[in-house]
Amino acid sequence: MKNVDYDLVIIGGGPAGLTAGLYAARARLKVILIEKIVVGGQIVISDWIENYPGFPEGLSGSDLAQRLTEQAKRFDLNIENNAAVSVDLSDPVKTIVLNDRTVTTHTIIIATGASPKKLGVPGEETFFGKGVSSCATCDAPFFKDRIVAAVGGGDTAVKESLFLTKFVKKVYLIHRRDRLRAEMILQERAFADEKIEIIWDSVLTGIKGLTNVENITVQNVKTKEEKTLSVDGCFIWVGEIPNTKFLADGVKLDAKGFIVANLNMETSVPGVFAAGDVRNTPLRQISTAVGDGAVAAFSAGHFIENVKK
Amino acid sequence: MAKGIMEIGDSSFDSEVLQAEKPVLVDFWAPWCGPCRAIAPMVEELAEAFGDTVKFTKCNVDENPVTPTKYGIKSIPTLIFFKDGKVLDKIVGIVAKSRLEEMITNT
Repeated sequence: MKNVDYDLVIIGGGPAGLTAGLYAARARLKVILIEKIVVGGQIVISDWIENYPGFPEGLSGSDLAQRLTEQAKRFDLNIENNAAVSVDLSDPVKTIVLNDRTVTTHTIIIATGASPKKLGVPGEETFFGKGVSSCATCDAPFFKDRIVAAVGGGDTAVKESLFLTKFVKKVYLIHRRDRLRAEMILQERAFADEKIEIIWDSVLTGIKGLTNVENITVQNVKTKEEKTLSVDGCFIWVGEIPNTKFLADGVKLDAKGFIVANLNMETSVPGVFAAGDVRNTPLRQISTAVGDGAVAAFSAGHFIENVKK
Repeated sequence: MAKGIMEIGDSSFDSEVLQAEKPVLVDFWAPWCGPCRAIAPMVEELAEAFGDTVKFTKCNVDENPVTPTKYGIKSIPTLIFFKDGKVLDKIVGIVAKSRLEEMITNT
């Protein structure tokens, strides 16, 4: 057996990665978790999480991130702030290039998650941080008693629009279809909220302003009619793109770029597993990420046992 | 308050930031902002590493409304890097530590 730095390297420190780390640490694997930005991942920008079991009142994303991290560290999980720049998966001993060094390992769990998708409309880039945002918890109080737009129709768009109503005067929720995709309970709340006006069958076509966002244009996809709305902010929640760039062509991806993995979280490369939002999963939730992470660590453990035989 | 990070506000902004001899990093934050809490440890690590050459400060936007408005801040965390009273670089949102290091070292 070749000498390697680690049994397991977990790339990504969101709920999937931290859970995998918790299980791997308890299995006494020689493991390191690499997180390039902040532990917790996307959940740190979530204001309030009320569908993660075990917390009847709900809790904030940053609070949950802290709890997950503490729990993993209690079992001595080694967490490092670093980035996986590239990987070489062609050999049974896998190599990962980090910012400052190269490490070798028997197994890898890819738990790099996904990032908010951009629409690519004029003004989106220019006004980012000047009214354009995908983080209501970062910005909502800056829009107190103002009018804002939100684009999307899934859980995040509806949940965050509801959060915005605590501060703003009005939210135009712009959705390209004639019905929302969000959980029914969220839809019920949105329909009952007088501050939310849903603009159906419409897409955002532009964001304009002088130094900050002043107005947006939306087009009805059925009638092709275009109109301008005066807003101070524009929040964009139109889905996610998987963070898989560093993999190059290392593992098989689906048409949308998510990693193809089976029920054991095995990817197309033996010893490489995927967990959480980065995987081709039907549902992207904290609860599913956590389950993926546990299975991935279990599968990695098995794989390592066989390698060491 | 974390070691090496000075709390500043509207009244002290001119003297502590604009008139400062060293380059100054200002971390605009608020207690309600989860992402701000998430990046705080990173900023503290940078303060440990670069505290000799750069002055690290933070500004609570709830208690100090004038300065954030002046610099057009609509989203936090926002980090602004000042030198000789001028804005050299600005980062909005959560970014990798390497990006923060780049902001501080590219002067």
